[in-house]
Amino acid sequence: MKLTLRVWRQRGADAPGHMASYEVDGISEDMSFLEMLDTLNEDLILRGEDPVAFDHDCREGICGACSLVINGDAHGPERTTTCQLHMRSFDDGDTIDVEPWRAAAFPVVKDLVVDRGSFDRIIQAGGYITAPTGAAPEAHATAVPKADADFAFEHAECIGCGACVAACPNGSAMLFTSAKVNHLNVLPQGSPERETRVLDMVARMDEEGFGGCTLTGECATACPKGIPLPSIAAMNKEWLRAVRKGPR
Amino acid sequence: MALATRTDRRPSTTRTIWDSSVGKKSVMAVSGLVMLGYLVVHMLGNLKIFFGADEFNGYAHWLRTLGSPFLHHEWALWIVRVGLLAAVVAHAVSAYQLSRRDIRARPVKYAHKRRRASYATRTMRWGGVILGLFIVWHLLDLTTLTVNERAWAGHPYENVLSTFSTWYGNTIYIVAMAALGLHVRHGFWSAAQTLGAGSARRDRTLKFLANGLALVLFAGFVSVPVAVMTGVVN
Repeated sequence: MKLTLRVWRQRGADAPGHMASYEVDGISEDMSFLEMLDTLNEDLILRGEDPVAFDHDCREGICGACSLVINGDAHGPERTTTCQLHMRSFDDGDTIDVEPWRAAAFPVVKDLVVDRGSFDRIIQAGGYITAPTGAAPEAHATAVPKADADFAFEHAECIGCGACVAACPNGSAMLFTSAKVNHLNVLPQGSPERETRVLDMVARMDEEGFGGCTLTGECATACPKGIPLPSIAAMNKEWLRAVRKGPR
Repeated sequence: MALATRTDRRPSTTRTIWDSSVGKKSVMAVSGLVMLGYLVVHMLGNLKIFFGADEFNGYAHWLRTLGSPFLHHEWALWIVRVGLLAAVVAHAVSAYQLSRRDIRARPVKYAHKRRRASYATRTMRWGGVILGLFIVWHLLDLTTLTVNERAWAGHPYENVLSTFSTWYGNTIYIVAMAALGLHVRHGFWSAAQTLGAGSARRDRTLKFLANGLALVLFAGFVSVPVAVMTGVVN
């Protein structure tokens, strides 16, 4: 395959950026999108140019490191992570636009790499449980109803990649925050911090400069892990409950 | 190591709600539902125009005597007006502040543009502005009678006929009602999500209710100018 790439290039956080055009040839349709970018970078290095910086780690679709808005879609046209997106999803001769996640709370570090530290700070605000130390507790000591376990697991699937923020027209982190809140709030292990968790995480989310939710649904469509849109309603319910009850 | 005990004081409930994006959205949801409830009653009242001038004008007069002898003449109406004004102000101020936050959250736009969200969702902000302007026009037209050509105080039937006998009266009204339908379609469903009533199981019911409300309100309100234009009401 032969492709034309239009890639966002930006030397550093404060440097101005622009979309640069590159031609790549000899792309196999079995390559992942990141392998295609590797091919481009090898080419750029041989030509003595600066390779395109992009985030990646496991390349198995489970770590949440890769990002990229491809032709306006977070993680590209398929519902998966960019590392699991294959070039067979494109046609020979295509022009592909590659941009970083765009959000005030995700400042560009270089080229396609953004700083997702704001997500870490939301987690620090309440995305944990107060676990007792010592020997592992007896597995059957705390019973969890099957429905709750399923609900928690569905939300625990969130890998914190930030596609929800990138896809949202308001740059909102509601889907991410709701996944984390719902995951722990439904479980008995998470119940001691049930009220403070949702209040603190939502407050942190606002402080980081993410937008508000207008129930557009773009986040849930973009999410590679299928976190559903009703998660947001579930978190709103938890938040209103916590405001009513007051934190313990 | 013992965990540090929280010693900082939590802000008041009102402060927490107003300072949070989630809280401010719940203000929007509640004020929106209040206005929606009013609109359903308003629309049902409007339909009385199909039963003649006496019934319509009699209904308008009855509204002024509502609650008597406990409430003085027009007091009930003023209580409703104050409540509605509070709802409109709360709704608009929250919408303005939340929109500012949303726009600030994406300072650099994507180079590759594509349509995001449905038509009803995308037009919430400008549709809201159109509805705000319409409310001003509507009050000047049929409450204060400032811009009404007939302007016969105490005879709303004749005034409504006069409004819908002008091309601009009809155009403004029908455009505003289309904006209302779209606003309610996304707004009612969103309010349910914001107040935590949404779930995967209830989603179809909520969407059906939202579309139903939007359609019934649009059809009910627009039936009046259509009836005047076609001569069914004269």
